[in-house]
Amino acid sequence: MGRTHVTGPASAYGRAMPRPDRAPRLPTSPGFWRSPLRGPWLTSVLGLVLLAGITVLFVTGLVSYAAYNPDLSPVNDKTPGKGLLGFYLFAWPTGPHWLYRLTQGVHVTLGLTLIPVLLAKLWSVVPKLFALPPARSVSHALERISLLLLVGGALFEFTTGVLNIQLDYLFPGSFYALHFYGAWVFFAAFAVHVALRLPAALRNVRQLRSGREREAAELVSPRPAPPTVSRRGALGLVGGASLLLFATSVGQSLGGVWRRTALLAPHGGADPGSGPNGFQINKSAAYAGIRPAETGEDAWRLVVTGRTGTVRLARADLLRLPQHSAALPIACVEGWSTPDQWWRGVRLRDLAALVGYDTDPPDVLVESLQRHGPFRRAALRANQVADPRSLLALSVNGEILTADHGHPARIIVPAAPGVLNTKWVARLTFGDL
Amino acid sequence: MRRPRLPLGSPFATLLLACSFALAGYAGVRLLEGDPVGVLLWFVGAALVHDLVLLPLYTAADQALVRALDRVRGPGARGGRELTGYVRVPAALSGLLLLVWFPLISGRVEDRYRAVTGLSPDGFAARWLLISAALFGGSALLLLLRLRRLRRLRRATKQRPPAVH
Repeated sequence: MGRTHVTGPASAYGRAMPRPDRAPRLPTSPGFWRSPLRGPWLTSVLGLVLLAGITVLFVTGLVSYAAYNPDLSPVNDKTPGKGLLGFYLFAWPTGPHWLYRLTQGVHVTLGLTLIPVLLAKLWSVVPKLFALPPARSVSHALERISLLLLVGGALFEFTTGVLNIQLDYLFPGSFYALHFYGAWVFFAAFAVHVALRLPAALRNVRQLRSGREREAAELVSPRPAPPTVSRRGALGLVGGASLLLFATSVGQSLGGVWRRTALLAPHGGADPGSGPNGFQINKSAAYAGIRPAETGEDAWRLVVTGRTGTVRLARADLLRLPQHSAALPIACVEGWSTPDQWWRGVRLRDLAALVGYDTDPPDVLVESLQRHGPFRRAALRANQVADPRSLLALSVNGEILTADHGHPARIIVPAAPGVLNTKWVARLTFGDL
Repeated sequence: MRRPRLPLGSPFATLLLACSFALAGYAGVRLLEGDPVGVLLWFVGAALVHDLVLLPLYTAADQALVRALDRVRGPGARGGRELTGYVRVPAALSGLLLLVWFPLISGRVEDRYRAVTGLSPDGFAARWLLISAALFGGSALLLLLRLRRLRRLRRATKQRPPAVH
């Protein structure tokens, strides 16, 4: 029996070890991965793009968190247990008035634009997921665990972000908490990945630019299939995909005629209405549970409380106070925004003066008629109250506010995130929060 | 029997990784506070679904395409394979748009979307289909132009087939 092996070397060979021309069945074998595109150059280029892009995403994300002034009042803080993760918080400024529009537009649009790069990067390194042995050393084992946080974290952040802007709240909990804490978990893994890999990535790109290519480098398939596309072509496809996502969504952050170009973005295409109140809405009055009976001329009173007591004002009383104008945008955490709208109403600092804060406008707690929603109560900081462009607006673009834009009165503050521009305001409480 | 000891590897990397895990732990405890099982499922599940479902699926689709085109007569020496890009590129772009905007395109958030934004949720599927039509149509047009150019070249050089890059 044993001799048959000698007489049949081909079959023995076939049994004992994989023939080089037969595809290995297991992804743990390097020969399983046959794309001739994989290699240090592609991975390094994609990695460097992500390094720049994700850094901007992380910073603009942290900036957005600061823009909510979470340290001002518990009502603004959806992550009260943040501990040291809020170490960098600062008083959010009111200028330039398009600041949040810019930072959040960049955050969301850049995030969408980077999706193809992220997918391509993950594709380019997937053989490493299956590579054996699972650990060559303690540091290698730790690095592989860290990669789970890196990949899981990146996909978690992109997925929660993409779902949230489409109002698909599938994720297990509050978007703010998940996206914020998830970002820090991801960042921890991202930072160490950059520290460990950036030197090699730079070396790869530099080396390959000078024409010296390493033949048997990491990720290069030992038995590549014939190419169907060049590396340049593949990179072109990734870039083209990014460009497509960018072009079909950036319009929702630019507004005006550009909104029409945002063919698939949630706030692209048409405006919800026409005329002075036709611009984009975050939450409609019906969705917020606002009943017309509460906002009528007879029913609605604004309650303003401060140092010297409480004042109740009907809408007609507000109209008798000095009226001021401000051209300010609505900019949502979801990334969309409107161009400047022309708001008219009473300055917040004038309302503060009514209740005893003549020269030193303090913070204010704003309460809405809204029955539910995480931001039916919101706090504004003293610098926001003091800004002459911060209004309790009664009209917009020359017309009375519609119900969907906050009739009878809404807050509008320069550079503040959309949800802090409370609609259907019922109560203002001035004083240290 | 003594198992071989795992070497430490790079002490620098080990230190950095320990630092990273500490920070990830600090944030992770907070991330898991509300619904630990749900969040863990999402975090690990995202990686698993991508690596073990999405990636193998699109890889298999791409390989099926390459194999199918291999059986087709192509314009140049390398057969139908060199036409891969004309299908792959529009399919990848269209698929990507569907993946990213699936909640809006599929209409699964229709009611909430209409109630919250005051906008019509109806156009997304149609617009995605039209964009896809433009992508595939544009690709077909490019292919047509290339085939015509090749034919003209071939006629000009008589028998000699043009070298395809």
